[in-house]
Amino acid sequence: MKITFTLNGTSRTVEAEPLERLLDLLREDLGLTGTKEGCGEGECGACTVLIDGMLVASCLVPAAQADGAEITTIEGLAESEGGKLLAEAFAEAHAVQCGFCTPGMMMAARELLHHNPDPTEQEIRHAISGNICRCTGYDMIIDGIQLAARRARERADTRGGGVW
Amino acid sequence: MVGTARAAETLRPRSLEEALEFRARTGAVPFAGGTDLMVKYRGYTGTGVHMPFPVLFLDAVADLRAIEAVEDQILIGAGVTCAQMLEKADVLPELLRRAVELIASPALRTRATMAGNVANASPAGDTIPPLFVHEAEVVLQSPERERRLPVGDFLTGPGTTALEESEIITGFVVPRLPEGRLYYRKVGTRRANALSKLSAAGYARLDGGRIAELRFAVGAVAPTVVRLREAEKLLAGAEITDIDMQALLAAAEVSITPIDDQRSTAAYRRQVALNSLQEFLSTLADPASSAPASPAHLSPEET
Repeated sequence: MKITFTLNGTSRTVEAEPLERLLDLLREDLGLTGTKEGCGEGECGACTVLIDGMLVASCLVPAAQADGAEITTIEGLAESEGGKLLAEAFAEAHAVQCGFCTPGMMMAARELLHHNPDPTEQEIRHAISGNICRCTGYDMIIDGIQLAARRARERADTRGGGVW
Repeated sequence: MVGTARAAETLRPRSLEEALEFRARTGAVPFAGGTDLMVKYRGYTGTGVHMPFPVLFLDAVADLRAIEAVEDQILIGAGVTCAQMLEKADVLPELLRRAVELIASPALRTRATMAGNVANASPAGDTIPPLFVHEAEVVLQSPERERRLPVGDFLTGPGTTALEESEIITGFVVPRLPEGRLYYRKVGTRRANALSKLSAAGYARLDGGRIAELRFAVGAVAPTVVRLREAEKLLAGAEITDIDMQALLAAAEVSITPIDDQRSTAAYRRQVALNSLQEFLSTLADPASSAPASPAHLSPEET
């Protein structure tokens, strides 16, 4: 079937099987390999993307349900102001070791900060509760998200407009 | 395109009429959020999802997406996701809120639905104990008729339901509970994404120092979620401070037949089921508390 959706701000039409996973559509068909496959069962968060602004596990979304959707992947986030802030903050806070969970962590962080620009540590832990990291022990990821959040708030205060 | 992802035939209609027609004609499996189906029928990486039956995607059917309070009932459409339920904090019953906020993880709650949780008919489905306590009904629609079944009658065994060939779950009717005490506890290996070892929901209506009515439902201790009816009977009319605990636990055990599986053991489940009933009762004597105000599962000392 033909599937049309907006991917990182650009309209795309692709041919896909209805049950093809959005994850495979992104990685194999469209070459966007920033989105990772960890468990393939919705439990690890490595494949997290945004559909219509909502966090989803792309390994559990069939292509048919992506028709008409607005999809943001880590490649799209990376181009945004918030994405750049997150990338810098993750690097400075040593929030990245092997890096496999990082795209999913950043998507979850962006989703949190979009709704809550000044989260507590508990709120951050809750927001990334579906994302597994086997390297960092999480604390440095939480530091990275707090750092990005603080810088975004400072920027927003200076110029009077939100980052997320 | 990753080669072999396929189903016999699929449809993603916008109207309920089209959905019912397709279901009746093809026997298609209803697919709401897909968070169970996409795992159950997944292939190894690169081999694609294969569902050897027609599939009916329900996420685009606008008629199934309402959640609203009508008099003393809350109507929850089959297409309402867990995240949408939580957003409707003013309408959503407290017991369901406590259950839904502990289901899976944020990225799954944006897709998963209560209808899928019930249709999947796992004895460990976390929305089911609250639905039992509310004595909720599931609304079933075929091209010919609508019927309602108590959720307990809809669930006939592990993975089996009374859903007929041409029917679709369109939603739930959840009667509001009169003022009373509430209890919900999920026991799992970790907070997010853990399938429950056990989950329990309770409600008690008090009359001074007496229990006027008590309902208690437990998941993952029998082929379906069960109400502890024998124990409930013993408790009706009982003085809170004068409960024969031995007789009560014996009565509670009548309703449960836990098993060993990959997530827990029968012995552990039996003990925790009885403990959770006792925990609920222990909160009733305290005039200030309405059971754990936030899920006890999330209490800071456990983190």
